[in-house]
Amino acid sequence: MTISIDPQKTKNESLQPKGWLRYFSFSLDHKVIGIQYLVCGFLFYLIGGTLASAIRIELASPMSDFMPRDVYNQVLTLHGTIMIFLWIVPVVNGAFGNYLIPFYVGARDMAFPRLNAVAFWLIPPSGLMLVASYFVDGAAQAGWTAYPPLSITTPQSGQIIWILSVLLLGGSSIFGGINFIATIIKLRRPGLKLMQLPMYCWAMLGTSLLVVLSTPVLAGTLILLSFDIIANTGFFNPVLGGNVVVYQHLFWFYSHPAVYIMVLPAFGLVSEILPVHARKPLFGYTTMVFSIMGIVVLGLVVWAHHMFTSGTPPWMRLFFTIATAFIAVPTGIKFFNWVATLWGGKISINSAMLFSCGFIINFVFGGITGVALAQVPFDIHVHDTYFVVAHFHYIVYGGTVFIIFSSIYHWFPKVTGKMFNEKLGILHFIITFIGFNLCFAPQHWLGLNGMPRRVAEYDPQFQFVNQISSLGALLMAISTIPFLINVFLSVRNGKDAGDNPWNALTPEWLTSSPPPVENWEGEAPLVEEPYGYGKEISELK
Amino acid sequence: MTTLDSSKEIQNNNSEVTETHHDFRMFGLITFLIADGMTFAGFFAAYLTYKAVNPLPDGAIYELELPIPTLNTILLLVSSATFHKAGKALLKDKNSESQKWLFFTAFLGIIFLICQLFEYFHLPFGLTDNLFASTFYALTGFHGLHVTLGTLMILIIAWQSRVKGGRLTSQNMFPLEAVELYWHFVDGIWVILFIILYLL
Repeated sequence: MTISIDPQKTKNESLQPKGWLRYFSFSLDHKVIGIQYLVCGFLFYLIGGTLASAIRIELASPMSDFMPRDVYNQVLTLHGTIMIFLWIVPVVNGAFGNYLIPFYVGARDMAFPRLNAVAFWLIPPSGLMLVASYFVDGAAQAGWTAYPPLSITTPQSGQIIWILSVLLLGGSSIFGGINFIATIIKLRRPGLKLMQLPMYCWAMLGTSLLVVLSTPVLAGTLILLSFDIIANTGFFNPVLGGNVVVYQHLFWFYSHPAVYIMVLPAFGLVSEILPVHARKPLFGYTTMVFSIMGIVVLGLVVWAHHMFTSGTPPWMRLFFTIATAFIAVPTGIKFFNWVATLWGGKISINSAMLFSCGFIINFVFGGITGVALAQVPFDIHVHDTYFVVAHFHYIVYGGTVFIIFSSIYHWFPKVTGKMFNEKLGILHFIITFIGFNLCFAPQHWLGLNGMPRRVAEYDPQFQFVNQISSLGALLMAISTIPFLINVFLSVRNGKDAGDNPWNALTPEWLTSSPPPVENWEGEAPLVEEPYGYGKEISELK
Repeated sequence: MTTLDSSKEIQNNNSEVTETHHDFRMFGLITFLIADGMTFAGFFAAYLTYKAVNPLPDGAIYELELPIPTLNTILLLVSSATFHKAGKALLKDKNSESQKWLFFTAFLGIIFLICQLFEYFHLPFGLTDNLFASTFYALTGFHGLHVTLGTLMILIIAWQSRVKGGRLTSQNMFPLEAVELYWHFVDGIWVILFIILYLL
């Protein structure tokens, strides 16, 4: 069957440049686009990480002495925006999604290869525009949330460039989401049932639904905000009769699902990695699927828990507290399923596995503080303090970024055809794990004791704990070095990985490494049991 | 064997492929329209919230004139019907008839935009006068942008459905069907907008 071939795409394939040049071209190959997303996202991660280091250097002393206060505001705004919109969302969705989803559904490419390339090529220009805004007239200063009236009163050019850039990135994200939904629903190989898909497909389907339903609302909101800034309208400007809380509602209608857009794909990826390295089937496949869809539905109706201090009426507080607490149920199911997958498995302690286990540990902490933050009395106490910063980073760094690294180690042999250096990988994990926890665990204490976030100066009594946190940030910065050395050395001199170094059963391992253009020499294999470990283990030996 | 040759073979011999291909393009378009609809949903939600919780100052409560928007509603509804006619004609290989219907649909779209602009110039309020005025222009303007794009796309497919050398034939209906779906969507949004903005 040739059902998955897009005739137009195939015609153009032979016209694409070969070798490393194709990574700088308007390539339509989903694997090339996946790598483009990953490398581009990683470069922005380095920029965002530099900004994070600048923040931690500033916070090592209670006075604002490393940089002026307005520059500090710009740095924290750019750090948040770059890390969310240019690193986590593009990488965990775009990079791994583009690389893996066509394999998992048994297709030769995504449903809309051209749209796919457009979605990627929107990212570098808008990212560069955002970074460059610093040199124009100062970047945006209103935080990644851009709450009015602050965003209306701070210097305009930076804020407008920020809006334009986020609109373009949102567009890229929507195009990607449309592509993933169409690929997973419509391009499945004949005979492959929905309930036989690897878990990452389900995670991406759920994520893409959230992207398609919520990102447009952010776009509309930012258009209204730009009217307020440029045309002097009063949508969100109380002086002109507007309403700031409407902005917050519309913004969080996107940005709460955005948290799931950042973390659901990581749930999917860890569900791919754990069974391979524990040599056991994924525990509770069906419950996993239903919890993903449950998170998608609940994730759309909990946004106002970010706004408990915005004059939210009591009935709204009650509803959003209960709805948020409910999300802990599907998330808890997934957590226990991962632990049960590991339980009694034949676990290999390698870099991918270590990062995945690190994810599980960090994510439990982030999840517990998340449930705590959903409770109104507690939330009012710690709102806009470092407790929220700690919670958020436990989810997004301890959760998603750990999984990004885990996935890089897991799929590195497939993408490059070379093995990486396991010792350097484990070193990378140890430094990252210690550094991360040293950096963010003390921030819980800071927040509980009332240190506000997004302020360059603080009460001197917090200095010691802040310095511990900055030390952790330094370790996190250092941890990138063994990773980069490992990648460069392994790509050049790594030993051949073979097609399936992990003896994995999911479809991407059933082709050569690196995979050919159009993924398979012949017909796409039909993988009915992507997690059938234990049954086939004798055959694999 | 090059990829070029094999792809030609597939394109010519396997009608099933083109059939499936067509199918998921439409699916992708519907997904996009859902996303687009969510943008409007955000605007409507903002407008309704303002209406409920932000009282306007005295002298900012307007009685909107109904004749022009009602005419506009009728224009768009008729244009949906004429677009449908164009599709029916093309299916029967009557390309020139289809083209006439398409041009007529585009004409109705242009009349709609002219009426809209006429209304803009005769309204007693401007964009920055107050919250209602701003929301009114943002909503109708965003919809007007959709109508403008739709009209341009209709003109393009009308040009492509020309008898000699046109790409749009009864075998290649997708461009027409896609624009038609988009046009119906824009009409539907207008009906909701008309009810919320003018009638409520």
